[in-house]
Amino acid sequence: MRVIKAEELTPIIKKLCMDSNYFLDDDLINVLKKAVDEEDSPAGKEVLEKILENAEIAARDEVAACQDTGFTVVFMDIGEDVFFEGSINEAINEGVRQGYTDGYLRKSILDDALRRKNTGDNTPAIIHIREVPGDKVHITIAPKGGGAENMSTVKMLSPAAGEDGVVQAVVDQVSQAGANPCPPVIVGVGLGGTFEMAALNAKRALLRPLGTFSDDEETARIEKRMLTEINKLGIGPQGFGGRVTCLGVFIERYPCHIASLSCGININCHSSRHKEAVL
Amino acid sequence: MAEEAKKVTAPLDDATIKDLKIGDRVLLSGTIYTGRDAAHKRLIETLEKGEELPIPLEGQVIFYVGPAPAKPGKVIGSAGPTTSYRMDPYAPKLIELGMGGMIGKGNRGKEVRDAMKKYGAVYFASIGGAAALTADTIKKAEVVAYEELGPEAIRKLEIKDMPVVVVNDAYGGDLYEEGRKEYEIK
Repeated sequence: MRVIKAEELTPIIKKLCMDSNYFLDDDLINVLKKAVDEEDSPAGKEVLEKILENAEIAARDEVAACQDTGFTVVFMDIGEDVFFEGSINEAINEGVRQGYTDGYLRKSILDDALRRKNTGDNTPAIIHIREVPGDKVHITIAPKGGGAENMSTVKMLSPAAGEDGVVQAVVDQVSQAGANPCPPVIVGVGLGGTFEMAALNAKRALLRPLGTFSDDEETARIEKRMLTEINKLGIGPQGFGGRVTCLGVFIERYPCHIASLSCGININCHSSRHKEAVL
Repeated sequence: MAEEAKKVTAPLDDATIKDLKIGDRVLLSGTIYTGRDAAHKRLIETLEKGEELPIPLEGQVIFYVGPAPAKPGKVIGSAGPTTSYRMDPYAPKLIELGMGGMIGKGNRGKEVRDAMKKYGAVYFASIGGAAALTADTIKKAEVVAYEELGPEAIRKLEIKDMPVVVVNDAYGGDLYEEGRKEYEIK
């Protein structure tokens, strides 16, 4: 049994909050550079170049790449041989509080959906904990902006809809979103499970590195099919028209009820932020 | 689109508004105001109560943004546009009262586009997510109303060459529709 003091999480979370908002990952930068070459539209090309320039400024000055520094979503895979002493939730929220305050990140979280009073420190975080084999703790932070999150959905399709129905649902969702979620977008799809599991897997899918497809052959084929269909829409970078509407599609699958074909669709903006740490 | 960007100064006069067409790349300078969800709600409530607004409207441009806090030595934190449709319920009234332009990102509703055509106003898109780059074009920032709203407070900004694109003009044009039509593969 490995005993870890929960408070050890706080400085790690603080650093991940800041780093994820300042430094965009290389996989994202690489697909954006490739997209500049692939984009036919001059306006679209210019947008992609400015997005790359913005990433350089953010990293250089250590400021947020996007002002919407998001809801702090924390994924934790905890080894089954690990025992935490103290409150994981409190330690994470303290890390968020410190990261967003000391890192000059925007506090975007309200106490309630209707009363709408800002909590002032970007807490509470959204925390997803999973038990995994081993004695390590894997932490991923994925700040999520409101604009793209608002364009997301869960479709409870009929099993008869099949693969074609799933592809259509995803393409329709991106089509309807148009310029709103800051295209080029990244799409996470959660197939199977209950209503909430489909949504969670759609979000988890967004953590995968851009420029890659699933290791599962069939899943990879459907991801490619969705990506091709979305990029026929013509929405383009920022919706100004163009070839590059989507930078990547990631599908996570889960066992399904005999009556269901649940399909979570989580849209991410091009400012896809996530950073990891292992404890 | 390959043409040189137009240099425009805010607040906008009628001649400038008439000259701007969809797809125009603009470098915007001058004075603008920030405002997003909560500030818009307050502005409209103020009007409904028959009280005076805390900011002028004639020819003014409102930037839909909630900036990040400024680091020491910076004028403002990262400041890119927020999604504009959430301001659609409030924008037609402000346009009717003389507002000249809006900066945001994403599609506008029919009521907003109709008001822009009827009263003469433009909707610019700033690049969503390019918030550090946009912040560098802001030379001065000062909270002028609703300070208690934090990032949603109304700020008066002095800007120099902020890159924006005309999405909706005073003639009913829509760059999002036109651009998509041009590149859609059926």
